[in-house]
Amino acid sequence: MILSLLQGWVGAHSALEPAGPQAGRIHALWQFMWVVSALVFLAVVGALLYAALHRRAAGQSAVNPDGVRSATRWVSIATGVSIAILIAFLGVNFVTARPLTSAPGDALQISVTGYQWWWSVQYPSATPSDQVTTANEIHVPVGRPVVMTLSSRDVIHSFWPANLVGKRDLIPGNKSSIWFQADTPGVYRGQCAEFCGHQHAKMGFLVVADPPAQFEAWLREQRDSAPPPPPGSATRGQEVFLAASCVMCHTIRGTPAGSRVGPDLTHLASRRTLAAATLENTRANLAAWISDPQRIKPGTLMPPADLTPADLAALLDYLETLR
Amino acid sequence: MILVRIAAALLVLACGGCEREARRFDDSPPPARPVTMSELEPGPRTMASTMRNPYEGNAWAISQGKRLFSQFNCVGCHGQGGGAIGPPLMDDEWIYGSEPENVFATIAQGRPNGMPAFGGKLNSQQIWQLVGYVQSLSGLIRKDVAPGRDDHMQRKAQEQSTDKMEPASSGIPASAEGRQ
Repeated sequence: MILSLLQGWVGAHSALEPAGPQAGRIHALWQFMWVVSALVFLAVVGALLYAALHRRAAGQSAVNPDGVRSATRWVSIATGVSIAILIAFLGVNFVTARPLTSAPGDALQISVTGYQWWWSVQYPSATPSDQVTTANEIHVPVGRPVVMTLSSRDVIHSFWPANLVGKRDLIPGNKSSIWFQADTPGVYRGQCAEFCGHQHAKMGFLVVADPPAQFEAWLREQRDSAPPPPPGSATRGQEVFLAASCVMCHTIRGTPAGSRVGPDLTHLASRRTLAAATLENTRANLAAWISDPQRIKPGTLMPPADLTPADLAALLDYLETLR
Repeated sequence: MILVRIAAALLVLACGGCEREARRFDDSPPPARPVTMSELEPGPRTMASTMRNPYEGNAWAISQGKRLFSQFNCVGCHGQGGGAIGPPLMDDEWIYGSEPENVFATIAQGRPNGMPAFGGKLNSQQIWQLVGYVQSLSGLIRKDVAPGRDDHMQRKAQEQSTDKMEPASSGIPASAEGRQ
């Protein structure tokens, strides 16, 4: 019952709700260790209570005739059992971790780059125009192994989609990798698991596991550049985007904006969250984030945009067309 | 008594250290006042430049300036301070002045022959951070505030170990006349 309470409280980001074979193995290992540790705890508490409630018989002593304090029979047995349990843990751990390291050959390749405090996600392709760049939302097909190639542009981060696999560090100047497979369609939250500065806690991401056909459709849509905005407010919004500070850091494919400092916004409106899974992607949240990002994530590298209300409304109209 | 003095001295040092590292995220310092580049001006003489960089003693802000310097592609023309298409920033020649206000105006308003105006695209906080970093390239800010490391390989000396180069000239140097 405690376990189910705990699961209810942890919610979507939880190693206790495995959604793939890797997480399932880790979960089984965790359960095994939890049950054994609980039994050991009960045994220790029981022994302690027994010792506290039963006086030693008169004349009986823990000190042997030579004056040396030696282990009694029960202490020797308990030591032996402890060693056996620890060796068993080592063995089970080895058997669990071994298949987690090597990915099958036909895996889907995705690169993830950590930035303070967001994730850049790239789906590489031999054809440069087919490469897809997005941010903070990783779509994967259900039932197919996925290899994440991880790196960082500033400090050490750690990639942790708890429902799918364990943690792996993102190290500047180095490439590490981790693989997983999602067996159940769904949206799983992930989180940076290595303290990386002020907004470490708000450096989340989503892994969206879609059926393969739906994933392919998503990937095709993401390859497209942003279409020209419809005339009117959205066109004015694009002018605002290109004239204001936005253009210094963000890319929108299909426009002159091509900076790689911040997240790629080509398909911003198709994402579920803003600011690295901090806010739900709604017009109001987007307006708040653009106007005063330091209030939502103090220390974030995005500066506030000093826009008139009319310009901000036009900009929002434009950003909403980036589906 | 001596212990009290030592404690007081440590306290003063600690306070200085805090100021050096203070991170003011939602700061919006005033922009630099307009600078005159010529002695010819209408009306009475205006006062000489006295405006200081609000971040001149803040190591964190200067390191942010260093980050912005490469992110906003200043290196595209100025190299890592050594110059290429644009003039070098690590020497003692200052075409448009070496005072913080002059550098602010150069970044915000642009200059002839290629320097773009970043005024509408960067806010005053970012420009002041960049001003501090540009000054650190020729040792014009305190050494304990200048950046002490790079995130990548670099052949030039750290800003922290750059000795102060007194600004020698103002105006367009003879070597650049050909570019007019």
